[in-house]
Amino acid sequence: MPLPPSGPRSTLASLAIIGAVCIGATGAFAYTAGWLSPDRLTPTKLVDALAPPTGPVPGYRRNHAKGICFTGVFEANGNGAALSRAKAFATGRHPALGRFNLGTPNPGAADATVRVRGLGLQIATDDGAVWRAAMINAPVFPVATPAAFYELLRVPASKEPNAMATFVAAHPEFAPFGAWAKSPDWTASYAQEPYNGLNAFLFTNASGTEQAVRWSFRPQAQAERITPEDLAKRGEAYLEREITERVAAAPQRWSLILTVADPGDPTADPSRAWPEGRRSVEAGTLVVERIEPEADGPCRDINFDPTILPDGIRVSDDPFPAARSAAYARSYDLRTAEAKDYPKRTSEAGR
Amino acid sequence: MTTDRKRFTGGQRLLHWAMAVCIIAMFFIGVGMVSTIMPTYVPLLATHKTLGVAIFVLALVRLAVRARSGTPPLPADLPAPMRLAAHLSHYGLYGLMFAMPLLGWAMLSAGAYPVVLYGDIRLPAILPQNAALHTLLWNAHSYLAFAFFALVLTHVAAALFHALVRRDGVFEAMAPVGSRSGTPSR
Repeated sequence: MPLPPSGPRSTLASLAIIGAVCIGATGAFAYTAGWLSPDRLTPTKLVDALAPPTGPVPGYRRNHAKGICFTGVFEANGNGAALSRAKAFATGRHPALGRFNLGTPNPGAADATVRVRGLGLQIATDDGAVWRAAMINAPVFPVATPAAFYELLRVPASKEPNAMATFVAAHPEFAPFGAWAKSPDWTASYAQEPYNGLNAFLFTNASGTEQAVRWSFRPQAQAERITPEDLAKRGEAYLEREITERVAAAPQRWSLILTVADPGDPTADPSRAWPEGRRSVEAGTLVVERIEPEADGPCRDINFDPTILPDGIRVSDDPFPAARSAAYARSYDLRTAEAKDYPKRTSEAGR
Repeated sequence: MTTDRKRFTGGQRLLHWAMAVCIIAMFFIGVGMVSTIMPTYVPLLATHKTLGVAIFVLALVRLAVRARSGTPPLPADLPAPMRLAAHLSHYGLYGLMFAMPLLGWAMLSAGAYPVVLYGDIRLPAILPQNAALHTLLWNAHSYLAFAFFALVLTHVAAALFHALVRRDGVFEAMAPVGSRSGTPSR
């Protein structure tokens, strides 16, 4: 039988309990959402910090905004199967699509002003698995943690006179990247660059053995060294024109090198290279067969999120893939919402 | 369909409370994952997708069980506005249980993201890639998530109101264990 209705005093107490439950639940929800923690490093903050002083360019990726699409194939030679059971490493030709890009939030940046060049890549296999990666030509990442990367992004906006010097002093791990960034020997083509994954991932092979691996796509094209001054003389969008002509003349190739960590190697810190002499496996060749302008190309609407991995590869204790995934998603959400701002045609230089 | 039972069947109560845990977890996982760049982001996202599909499947089972077993009647003396609110809120709850997983799945499809659950279960795309659709679905998934949270909170408040203030057996009909109807008043 139902209980008799409660009296007025217990009604008040009951309403107070109900109110407390609602307020408590809402508070917990707000806390989880970060609304009570203004210091939390959110994807929004990280992506906002990438914007140039003039603000983000709507419709474009918030970083690596200047780029051009390609399609091709990853020819796996089967050697990678010893490390990972992912189908991408099984001998065969797996369709690839990707994007050569410059590490800048400005899609109109001149080639010679951007040191970091990147490769976004997707390899799809006939078992339905998709592997995406975004790599750069630097041999190491500038900093050890996502929080430090956020600090680095905020240096240019700092009012402090010696902000960069202060940052470098506080982050000695920046030195190898800094030395690379200052080195004047750039290359004259996207095809001549190595593209390094930098982050460590855990590879699991068919027998269940798990090992930490970093990978690189090493160019088969000979590098033509060029100073940024000479590159500037070739035009602001020389690289896109050059790769378009080069690939039209002949497919371009990169060897995929998988490097296996020894016990104790720093898997969680992409600013630290692993010592020379680590076991490495050449797993196949990326063949870039066709270049397409980004505006109408297959890479434009792809988020090269480094946590989109096939079975047989997973994230390690390296904190960057997760941070990048969260930030890339934010960038993707923003730019797809601004699709109307993206020009329908690429610049003439890009064609 | 109503039954003359005073309580939902054991199966219905199990489904209700299991889904309650899943759905409440989803609210926190959802707002937590979109506001963090920490390593937990990756497992949170995978859990969110997996749990979302599980909720969709459980909601289907639940609707079938409800069609078969019916629901206990609301108290005869329940005022008409509360009766209406009870009916409408339950349409809302069921609607969102189905809509949210579908919106999430469609949103990922429109963003050309592979949908991979725990256990390497891969779901096919249910929409082609499309920026405008991605944005529309993203907004719908996000705004409706807050509406869903508010609705669940209202549901909890109403359940407690039935349990503590009206003491009319409505809460006991879905209470997870035992039946407190018949125990003496405080």
